[in-house]
Amino acid sequence: MVYFAKWKIALVIAVCLLGVAFAAPNMFDRNTTAELPGWLPNQQISLGLDLQGGSHLLLEVEAQTVINERLESIVDSVRSSLRSERIRYTGLGKTDNIVHVQIKKIEQVDQAYDLLHKLDTGSETTVNGHKITIALTEQAIIDAKRSAVEQSIEIVRRRIDETGTKEPNIQRQGDERILIQLPGIDNPEDVKRLLGKTAKMTFHLVNHNVTPEDLATGRIPPGTIALPDAENEQRLIAVRRKVEVSGDMLIDSQPTFQDGQPVVSFTFNALGGKKFGQVTTQNVNRSLAIVLDGKVISAPNINGPILGGSGIIKGRFSVAEANDLSLLLRAGALPAPLVILEERTVGPGLGADSVAAGEIACLVGLIAVIGFMILSYGRFGVYADIALMFNIILITAALSVLQATLTLPGIAGIVLTIGMAVDANVLIFERIREELRNGMGPIAAVDSGYKRAIKTIVDANVTTLIAAVLLFEFGSGPVRGFAVTLAIGILTSMFTAIMVTRLLVVMWLRRNKPKTMNI
Amino acid sequence: MKHLHLVPTGTKLDFISKKFIFFAFSIILIASSLGLFGVNGLNYGIDFQGGIMMEVRSKTGPADIAEYRSNLSDLGLGEVSIQEFGEPEEVLIRIQRQEGDEKAQQAAVEAVKSVLKDTVEYRRTEFVGPKVSEELFEDGLMAVTLAIGAILVYIWFRFEWQFGMGAVIALIHDVISTIGIFALLGMEFNLSTVAAVLTIAGYSINDTVVVYDRVRENLRKYKKMELPELLNMSVNETLSRTVMTSLTTLLALLALYILGGEVIRGFSFAMIWGIVIGTYSSICLAVPILTYFTLRRSDDEDENTEVEKVEGEGTV
Repeated sequence: MVYFAKWKIALVIAVCLLGVAFAAPNMFDRNTTAELPGWLPNQQISLGLDLQGGSHLLLEVEAQTVINERLESIVDSVRSSLRSERIRYTGLGKTDNIVHVQIKKIEQVDQAYDLLHKLDTGSETTVNGHKITIALTEQAIIDAKRSAVEQSIEIVRRRIDETGTKEPNIQRQGDERILIQLPGIDNPEDVKRLLGKTAKMTFHLVNHNVTPEDLATGRIPPGTIALPDAENEQRLIAVRRKVEVSGDMLIDSQPTFQDGQPVVSFTFNALGGKKFGQVTTQNVNRSLAIVLDGKVISAPNINGPILGGSGIIKGRFSVAEANDLSLLLRAGALPAPLVILEERTVGPGLGADSVAAGEIACLVGLIAVIGFMILSYGRFGVYADIALMFNIILITAALSVLQATLTLPGIAGIVLTIGMAVDANVLIFERIREELRNGMGPIAAVDSGYKRAIKTIVDANVTTLIAAVLLFEFGSGPVRGFAVTLAIGILTSMFTAIMVTRLLVVMWLRRNKPKTMNI
Repeated sequence: MKHLHLVPTGTKLDFISKKFIFFAFSIILIASSLGLFGVNGLNYGIDFQGGIMMEVRSKTGPADIAEYRSNLSDLGLGEVSIQEFGEPEEVLIRIQRQEGDEKAQQAAVEAVKSVLKDTVEYRRTEFVGPKVSEELFEDGLMAVTLAIGAILVYIWFRFEWQFGMGAVIALIHDVISTIGIFALLGMEFNLSTVAAVLTIAGYSINDTVVVYDRVRENLRKYKKMELPELLNMSVNETLSRTVMTSLTTLLALLALYILGGEVIRGFSFAMIWGIVIGTYSSICLAVPILTYFTLRRSDDEDENTEVEKVEGEGTV
């Protein structure tokens, strides 16, 4: 009798049944599966953005900005500490992540070093003659960038959540990148506009001593900067560099109306409210500039102390602008600007068309291969076809269980697998034919056919698997989806083509004990 | 019942004596592929070149390509290619990579949308900035190179180095000629084409391995047989399998090419070409090349006893 261990038979049947169970949820729509009892398999294949429609955005955090800001603050600290100790210096500035300064008197260099080397804990200070350099350490730069990226992800998440986008997927990619996937968004312009702003808001006092003539000629006193008006960027406004209160102390912001005009209200936390109260108490009748991303939105006059910790921003906004601004203030500022490196958006129409086309191609390919196998191998062709059906069921089940994303190239991978899956059976059947021609009896021929073909099958499939693994490693997005279905398809097809057909063939041989065999 | 035999039983085609015809054909194929690649270059998609691609469907009946062209050329975005895409209502707009950084690409997308407004349905909008396209290109190149290397190592490990060489020559032949056909037809070469090339690599090797496996087996069985005769026999014995598998795969791929939609068409085309050329190279290149190597025939006593055991076991 042809030997096929009982436990192997049980295993094959068990795998096939599990496959059916885990593939089954895909037959129903999502609402139906949601109502199933929890112990039943209820996961469906998740479709990639190219199939369900949606937007894929790859952003880069310009983390160097954070480093530059830190270096600038070191420069400021160097200036103020040297001045306070009356140490004279020249050539204070920064180049390539390094702050440098020349101390005029050589005897003051040691004193200066003592002051400067503890300004920034993440820096290394070196002395060379008159010159002192302060360089950020590699580790400090890496840490600063990493925290900038982490913070950015958090802010991006908050901003996208505020827009009410369903099931956004936001993840870090590489060192300084953020991948955002927004299912169902076919026009990401709103999201892109919101992500395009860092939304750093600060309150500065206006320097009323600077005349328009001074601004035009650029004669601005130290500690004061000229910032453009958000309405009209030609117009400059002189404000003090010192930040009186900053936007990170806000706890809420809402769009609202005042005198029929859209405005943005804001509320500070306790510390912010106290600071805001102090500034407005001490500077009545002066102007307080509200600066967003380096532009002055408005510079209202302080009519009297504002002690409640809240206020409004008037700035000739449209309703949409007021909504955007309050959203950005609520979600918080990005530590560094974001740049969109890549965008891929697929509308729901194209996605649905692709799914339909893919399904038809699968079906037609399947029917053609099934017919062809029956024509070529008769009964054995039917067995191979049954194995092929189980192969597709197992691929579906594996994709559902692993929650791998099915993409359009992924569907192509399945179609390709349909064509290639029968290869193992062709190898086996051709081998059996040969053995029969060489005069073997049916059972011996089947045995030898399977045993000899398996080695070839494994060798041949491992090479395709190598290609699939490399595709996954180096591919991105949809191509990865292709690699996944290809790899899964190779593994399941080896199982079905060898084990499932063998089970069917063995069962037939046992029942009929044929003297001759036509294959 | 009489079953379909694509390759009649007992077929004895002489491949080895015609090897110079195959070699000449392949050398011409490779040379012209490289020539076409050098002269025409590849029509790189935005994945590798950067730029913008938009697929739109006109909401007002068949799209007037000329009108799109004149409207969009006024934007000053450089080279804009506009073509019908599958159906008369559908238009594929490709815009070259804009000067400057990522923000410039973004601005160009907005400019196009401001011209087309709501007269179209935006089915697909893709833009790839210069940084990402460079990386994708490097990654693609890396993947193909590593795949060929890894396959060489695997074949070497499983067979002997002569087989590894033969397989990789056939493989490189397939990859170069696929690039050649893309250069000739000016079809878009993008990320999915690389995926196709890698799959072709896997498939072509798959075919080669099957034939090589038989060569190895016959080397052990027939120790006295002349190599050309033995190679011919091995190819012929596996010929019906090779043809069958290529046909079933082609059937499935043809369904994909015809019915799978416009987006996937380039990909399925590359695969179809790859299957055809891969089958050819396995039979007509990978095997005849072996005549130039000395193949070992000994040191496999254990293999023979295993085969005998299998035969003994199969009795009822």
